[in-house]
Amino acid sequence: MIDHVDLSVRRGEFLGVVGPSGSGKTTVLRALLGAIVPVHGRVLTAPGLRLAYVPQVETVDWNFPVTVAEVVSMSRPGAGRLGRGTAAQRREVDDLLERLGLGGLARRHIRELSGGQQQRVFLARALAQRPHLLVLDEPTSGVDVRTRHEVLHVLEELNQDGIAMVLTTHDLNGLAAHLPRLVCFNHTIIADGSPMAVLRPDVLERTYGAPMEVLEHGGMPVVLDQQPHRLRAVGGEGA
Amino acid sequence: MIAGVVARSGSLAVDLAEPLSYGFFRRGLVVAVIAGALCGLVGVFVVLRNMSYIGHGLSHAVFGGAAVAAVAGFSFFVGAGAWGLASGLLIAWVARRRIIGADAAIGVITTASFAIGLALQARFGQARRSIEAVLFGNVLGVFRGDIVLVLAVMCASIAAIALAYRHLLFATFDPEVANVSGVRVARIEALLMLLLSGTILVTVRVVGVLLISALLVLPAVCARMLTNSFRRMLWTSPLLGAAFGGVGMYVSWFADVPSGAVIILVGTAVFAVVYATLGWSRRRRLTSLAVH
Repeated sequence: MIDHVDLSVRRGEFLGVVGPSGSGKTTVLRALLGAIVPVHGRVLTAPGLRLAYVPQVETVDWNFPVTVAEVVSMSRPGAGRLGRGTAAQRREVDDLLERLGLGGLARRHIRELSGGQQQRVFLARALAQRPHLLVLDEPTSGVDVRTRHEVLHVLEELNQDGIAMVLTTHDLNGLAAHLPRLVCFNHTIIADGSPMAVLRPDVLERTYGAPMEVLEHGGMPVVLDQQPHRLRAVGGEGA
Repeated sequence: MIAGVVARSGSLAVDLAEPLSYGFFRRGLVVAVIAGALCGLVGVFVVLRNMSYIGHGLSHAVFGGAAVAAVAGFSFFVGAGAWGLASGLLIAWVARRRIIGADAAIGVITTASFAIGLALQARFGQARRSIEAVLFGNVLGVFRGDIVLVLAVMCASIAAIALAYRHLLFATFDPEVANVSGVRVARIEALLMLLLSGTILVTVRVVGVLLISALLVLPAVCARMLTNSFRRMLWTSPLLGAAFGGVGMYVSWFADVPSGAVIILVGTAVFAVVYATLGWSRRRRLTSLAVH
């Protein structure tokens, strides 16, 4: 599935992994999290390192009867006590919600939120574990432009507070190009560096198996399909 | 008029108290209420984890064990318990190998178990009565020991759920993320299977194999419709289960219909009312949205 992967994430880094569907991006994340053990090779983590995982919102069961506060507090270390926990624990959850702009929504059901709020609830659940490294699978898939900006902004703030980030994304221009470090991945690492260094036509073609063009806009790379392909209208004589 | 109403409610109170003068009814009422609450509590996980088929299957598997125990002449709990545990482990093992799905594994193993029970019942007539008690339930034939057992499993379930509350919630809602967040999901699943088997074991003689899967689902489904919070669902569902048990016993007494069937019918009626009301209020909300 994945082969010859040599990847290290340093303290406080912000790293994006891009690649086509089925290229093994999520497998890399899962190996990093310790959910799977590689057949060959090793995954080394610093002793005492706390990792937390934010899943794709598409995988969440939105019909499950949980409120925002219940989601955020379910990851708290240690099992224990039916109910809302101690006053200090409750305050911690409230602070976290407030910080992520979810204040006042604690008792809402998770389905009653906007896309950006839903994403932030699961971010809050991960943050409740006080991680050093946050692993996010497609944090902006299926969200609109405004929500994407919102999510990116929150992640940037958390990173500035010293939390390292590793995320996967399909969104080259909306997300990947904004990150400090990017890994192009297709069963193995094709390139690893700044967006300017790796978002190049040759690297992208090797990663995606399709020709792409790269423009520059305001000092940032913009990736385009090389051959614009206009679909013809079907059966539209008068159109 | 006022005096008439008082008199009538007075005579109603006398009527309701009447069955309580019989020891077997008192014991039956107590055990039905506790069994309802227990099924309601464990049923929350059965419903949220889509395990209702497992509950259905396990109760049928237990029937095979009960029949073996009756024929071989040892305790119901030893026979049914060991048999249920073995079936549960076998189902988990077959399902984990992913050659066939878990539902198919349950279908094969538990119906085989049930068939063994039926065969033994037909072949060995002398054990017939105790086998039939497991099949249809016999709430009016319970002994003090049965009440103690149901109560013990109830207390154990409450303790386990309270102690592992957050891990249970995490593993039920989102097993994959729970797994990478330090929750031992396999252990939580084993705990739930244990609670479910224990619950079936001690309640099966109250409501019977044929109705137990309904009692594991009905209170939890009603509670789910009434609340969007996991914590509230955890206490609403047992309360509903207890109410089904208690009301069902009374209706059964006055209507002279077997209690197991009545308990389930009471639950089904409540389900229908909640379902219809919810559908009605939702439609009304949609209409009012459309109007504005």
